Amino acid sequence: MTQVLATTVVVASLYALLAAGYVLVYRATRVLNLAQGDMMTLGGYFLFLLATAAPGAPALSVATAAALSALAGFFIYRLLMRPMAGHPIFAAVLVTVTLGILLRAAIVLVYTDRIRHPLPLLGLVNPPRRLPGGAVVSTFDLLTVGAAAALFLALFAFLRLSPLGIQMRAAGEKALLAAQRGINFQLLFALSWALAGFAGALAGILYANNVRLDPSLGVLGLKAFAVALVGGLDSLAGVIPGALIVAAVEVLSVRYGDPLLADVSPFLCLLAMLLVRPWGLFGTKEELERV
Amino acid sequence: MALGGGYFKTTYAADLALVDTPLRRTALAALLVVLLVLPRHASPFVLDLVAQTALAAVGALALNLLTGLAGQISLGHAGFIAAGAFTTAVLVENRMPSPLLALPAAALVGAVLGVVVGIPALRLKGLYLALGTLALHHVVLYACGEFQNHWGANTGVSIPPPRLGAWVLKGTTAWYYALTVVAALVLILSVNLQRSRAGRAWMAIRDREIAAESVGIDVARYKVLAFVWSSALTSLAGALFAYQRAFVSVEAFGFFLAIEYIAMIIIGGLGSALGAVLGAAFVTLLPHGIDAVVAGLRVPGGAEYYLFPLKFGAFGLLMAVFLIFEPQGLVGIWRRVRNWAFLWPFRYRPLRPAS
Repeated sequence: MTQVLATTVVVASLYALLAAGYVLVYRATRVLNLAQGDMMTLGGYFLFLLATAAPGAPALSVATAAALSALAGFFIYRLLMRPMAGHPIFAAVLVTVTLGILLRAAIVLVYTDRIRHPLPLLGLVNPPRRLPGGAVVSTFDLLTVGAAAALFLALFAFLRLSPLGIQMRAAGEKALLAAQRGINFQLLFALSWALAGFAGALAGILYANNVRLDPSLGVLGLKAFAVALVGGLDSLAGVIPGALIVAAVEVLSVRYGDPLLADVSPFLCLLAMLLVRPWGLFGTKEELERV
Repeated sequence: MALGGGYFKTTYAADLALVDTPLRRTALAALLVVLLVLPRHASPFVLDLVAQTALAAVGALALNLLTGLAGQISLGHAGFIAAGAFTTAVLVENRMPSPLLALPAAALVGAVLGVVVGIPALRLKGLYLALGTLALHHVVLYACGEFQNHWGANTGVSIPPPRLGAWVLKGTTAWYYALTVVAALVLILSVNLQRSRAGRAWMAIRDREIAAESVGIDVARYKVLAFVWSSALTSLAGALFAYQRAFVSVEAFGFFLAIEYIAMIIIGGLGSALGAVLGAAFVTLLPHGIDAVVAGLRVPGGAEYYLFPLKFGAFGLLMAVFLIFEPQGLVGIWRRVRNWAFLWPFRYRPLRPAS
């Protein structure tokens, strides 16, 4: 039982890191970034690149990989998403799909589709830890939980307290009004994408060290948007309960059902949520039709 | 002007005609002759490519009804294809391999799925609808996967070639004829649907739902109808896919397949039947085109390895280019070229009521 609980929290943390990227981008630009999973993979491969270039310097590699991913997020906004302003939202969402395809193709071109493990290159180990209560998790599992907690605390503080964060909330709510108050919403949208790249990279780096690294990690991203939707697409606070619910359902269906069911369970959560409360647990009520 | 003007028609028959000008009649006749003569002169490889294009065109036309005409976004198209293919597989596993049963059954399963999706979809719009259909895609694949694991061999289900009495549909040429005819029938059906009451209602809903409702269109009914038509035709394509490949496996129906179909109607041009066919041809032929270019360049050894990511990347890049620079798709380009050619030396069409 404690093991189920521990696994749920670990899986939820990974999903929360990914879903934070969805929510940040959605709040700013109303676009659902279907390439979030591939941006996570990109972060993992940045880490692998740096680990092969300079083995044995984990802190430096992780920091640089995360920074590179944030930069990548910024350029993705400038080069791909900015031209889509004014186009239908769905076209912009499809552009993110093509972005995912391009990222994956680029990764396979450079690194082939072999499974990689950056952990030994960094000179780190990932020993199992026994928690009070008897559950066993790996060290990087704990780090994932810690990273998710730290990221969310930092994001909440940033959005509540810093002037830039407050501007970001304003631009997300109504870009036109924000622009008239002199807020550079283009910069803030780019910043949202950079933060999404950063959050995705954190997930990718942790997952690559904890489990493995291969070009198809992006599939995890599809599951994570179930999390974003259950919590509410525009609600950062909703991500946490959303992640816990989806992870709990998934962990329980691995335990009591079969792996196929576990794979599909996030989508069952998504469908259930869409039927009952399409705007999610904490999202803003929008786009709902009454027939 | 040799183009159909829309304002010289004097009889109802002329107004109803699908092919209305001598130029178009000639072009259609030429196309028919080419399609009939092709099996005598082309290699089996080319015939197979045409057959694949025809099959893809059925799926693309079906998706175009839903997304292009009715404006309902679906990321779950691959799920409907899988549903059709696995309906065939289930029937084959239960010793009922006749296509006379399997094809209508697949269409029926698709139609039922369309109702199942369409009714909840009435409440959802835009992104939420896309997410719902994507989730549905995974649920359908899950059901198919369970079937495959429990009843089929673990890797998939083999499908015998379709048999009508003593006649067996087998071989590249036979499939070429069969699939081209089916694609042509679906094309005519889809063009006629577009011109009918339902098609006009769909386009009205796509353009402005509230306005459509206020002129008396039953929005709920026509939205569900769009889902039903689209998913029934898609499942039919799935059943044909199963017969043609002679093998059904869940792995063939991933999320990427749904993206491929969306790419077809985007690259071809949303809302146009011609666009769906052009897009299907483009997306089907693109990887083979890249193959040919790479073979022609004689890249030294090891190039084969890079082919897959190269094709994958080229597909993504082209889709992005069309989305950003040419949202009207191939049909938009074709219309511009055609107008330029017909209007030359003028630059604009004469003012006239919209046809």
